[in-house]
Amino acid sequence: MLEVRNLTKIYDGGVLALDNVSFSVEQGEFLAVIGLSGSGKSTLLRCINRLVEPTEGQILWNGVDITAASQDELLRIRRKIGMVFQHFNLVTRSKVITNVLAGRLGYVNTGRSMVNRFPKSDIDMALKQMDRVDITDQAYKRADELSGGQQQRVGIARAMVQEPEMILADEPVASLDPVLAHSIMQHLDQINKEDGATVLCSLHFLDLVHQYADRAIALNDGLLMFDGAPEAIDDEKFKEIYGKEAERVG
Amino acid sequence: MKKQRSLFKSIGLGLGILLVLVVYAYGFQVTQVDFAETSSEVRLTQLSRILRALAHPDIIEFEQEETIAKTPIYLPCPEGGLELPEVDTSEPYLVTDVACAESKENVIVEGYHLPSGSKGPIHFLTASGANLQLGNFVVAGDGTFRESVRMPTRQPVAEAQYIRATARVPVGAPMLTDTAIVTWDKIVETVFLALLATTFGTLLAIPISFLAARNLMSEIKYSLTSVALTILGWPLGIGLGLLLTRWLAMLSEKLSANSLLTAVSMVIIPLLAYALFRWILPLLGQKQPGVFVRISRLFVYLLIAASGIIFLQLLAQSALTVGQALIEPLGPLGFLGGFIAQLGDVLNISLPVVVALAGGAVVGSPMSALGQRISDRYAARFVKIINIVLSAAAGALLFILIGAAINWFYQINDLYKVLLIPGGVGALLGILLAVRTDPKDLMPLGSTIYMITRTILNAIRSVEPLIMVIVFAVWVGIGPFAGVLALGLHTIAALAKLYSEQVESIMPGPLEAVQATGANRLQTIVFAVVPQIVPPYISFTMYRWDINVRMSTIIGFAGGGGIGFLLMQNINLLNYRAASTQMLAIAVVVASMDYISSSLRKRLV
Repeated sequence: MLEVRNLTKIYDGGVLALDNVSFSVEQGEFLAVIGLSGSGKSTLLRCINRLVEPTEGQILWNGVDITAASQDELLRIRRKIGMVFQHFNLVTRSKVITNVLAGRLGYVNTGRSMVNRFPKSDIDMALKQMDRVDITDQAYKRADELSGGQQQRVGIARAMVQEPEMILADEPVASLDPVLAHSIMQHLDQINKEDGATVLCSLHFLDLVHQYADRAIALNDGLLMFDGAPEAIDDEKFKEIYGKEAERVG
Repeated sequence: MKKQRSLFKSIGLGLGILLVLVVYAYGFQVTQVDFAETSSEVRLTQLSRILRALAHPDIIEFEQEETIAKTPIYLPCPEGGLELPEVDTSEPYLVTDVACAESKENVIVEGYHLPSGSKGPIHFLTASGANLQLGNFVVAGDGTFRESVRMPTRQPVAEAQYIRATARVPVGAPMLTDTAIVTWDKIVETVFLALLATTFGTLLAIPISFLAARNLMSEIKYSLTSVALTILGWPLGIGLGLLLTRWLAMLSEKLSANSLLTAVSMVIIPLLAYALFRWILPLLGQKQPGVFVRISRLFVYLLIAASGIIFLQLLAQSALTVGQALIEPLGPLGFLGGFIAQLGDVLNISLPVVVALAGGAVVGSPMSALGQRISDRYAARFVKIINIVLSAAAGALLFILIGAAINWFYQINDLYKVLLIPGGVGALLGILLAVRTDPKDLMPLGSTIYMITRTILNAIRSVEPLIMVIVFAVWVGIGPFAGVLALGLHTIAALAKLYSEQVESIMPGPLEAVQATGANRLQTIVFAVVPQIVPPYISFTMYRWDINVRMSTIIGFAGGGGIGFLLMQNINLLNYRAASTQMLAIAVVVASMDYISSSLRKRLV
């Protein structure tokens, strides 16, 4: 259970990115976050694992206040939250398997990980998760030799080896073509259904929201505009979320 | 309106041009530009003499066969006629057109029966036995030459003096001259000087570059309690570390007095440490260790650390002994023994420093964590009181340390001025800081370290290695080692800056992704930063290597060893042919190192 209470973020320079946002997510739910570019979706997701430090408000996850966690506690919270990015954010010069194993960093001994020595069980787990997203063949290639869709699957495998209880996906399919987009969304769906991880996924296309999400929230200019089932987004709601000139495209 | 503005504009432009002219005119005056000097005859003859010498580098020579012919000449003509001896025309001989001459008079000298193709100098042999070179000659195919020479200005001498021609023919294979051999020795020294300076500089610049990277450091923020405890903890830990090494050094000195004992303890100590480690291993996994476990764990850690230090001290000592013992028997490979001994020395010198820093970290980082925990857990008012006390102490300590440093330079030696005043001022500033800030505010510790590092680097970088080497030559003596230290120090400063700029320009995405997995700061650096900076680091290191090769060729001008010292000597002795050899060697080395590094760079990056 994730509870966001009165979350506000003001960046240095006075930009108000999130304005008193409150919502909650059940464990195992697939929540879509929609809204225009710049509406605060990325900031919201990054506040949850405190890659961005919230200005005000609380984020309670299974009863623990993430916003009040000390540095050490935060590392232990983060290792249970996988994150998937729009631009994949792989270390392109490293091997695929190294990128995936990076997901284990929160669990392994610092000294051993410095010299790239991971326990056998971790390597097995990495290979297993890579098999689930079908990139085992690429394990020992450099990450920048892979295509976009493959790179995003590496990103998902990296999140999966964290044995996450929650996945934060920041527009995971925005840089991919529609066919690849569906395959990536299916992988996220798989983590959600098979592993029982909560998924918070920001999306641009409403058909993807309809197809994969249990529930959707919408942001506009940092304000929470909508919280409910995807089917409840009718034309009126749509215009409220995306502005009056917006047209639905698929 | 428009016209007026354009008028102003043209006046402004005119004034601007005038100003530029004045600037350049003054520049000519200050730099004493004098183009007439470039075409003055005296200067030109000197210049052509030097350029010709430079064009004949002193590299190869031949064994030479000399044929000498001489003829008497009177300077000036004696009163009462002169007596000429019979010339033996079967041997090589010289003839002059006159038998006697005045000073500065031109005389024609002809030589016969000389080896054809030979050449050499024509000398005037004075009555006192000195040789004055009058000119040179080349013998034609028929074994003769004819040269007009000018008599030197001499005091009148009654008896005959001589004109001598030395005809030389090269025989046998070409040989390297002494100059060439010395130059080779020194150029090797130069290249290794550059190599060592680059290596030392790079090794130290890498960790420092992380401290000087804004994007990594600006995130490091701790509460005031934590910062104050860190400032108090580090010097304490450094002091304890130094004490520990000194104490253990006494112990290992006793052990190393006996070589058998040394060998035995060098085997036993690692085994002991390993056994301790195995014994402690199960205790490490405990989630909630009790007090007894914690204390015994700490104790075992200390024991392991102490045995490690003793082991390294023994290792250093035995490397020193073994290395020195090896120099004699190894013969020409004796430098390997010297190397081992030097490594032992390096270990000996660096061990206390490393242990002191480690001690600082061991005491400092838990104290920092403790401070963070205090400010996280307790009420603001309580934290504020603690902050006031701690930051007063930390401020006082910091300023007393600065006071001690100033005292070292200026030798004030007044307890009141170097201890009490800085202590008081520091404590006051600390209290002020603690009172003015919110007790739970995070202090930009990382940014402060960043600023200090950058300032020091900039200060070091602004001093040329040619100047630094003067200080080092005083410290370690004139020679290549002083050059290594000076170039190395400058390399640290220059590379750390270039490196840190590369760290600042890495892509933030992977950094964010690795942080999101729960990786700590060190892991983030190793997994997200290092892979991104390897190519630029290699390329900057090579760039610096090129610079260091160039610098090492002239660092000898200021006492830093290498070929520069030789070059300067030869220039000062007006020995331009030897200087030319050295310049040629420098050109060849610099060009070939440039080529090697650029082709390596192509392959690596």
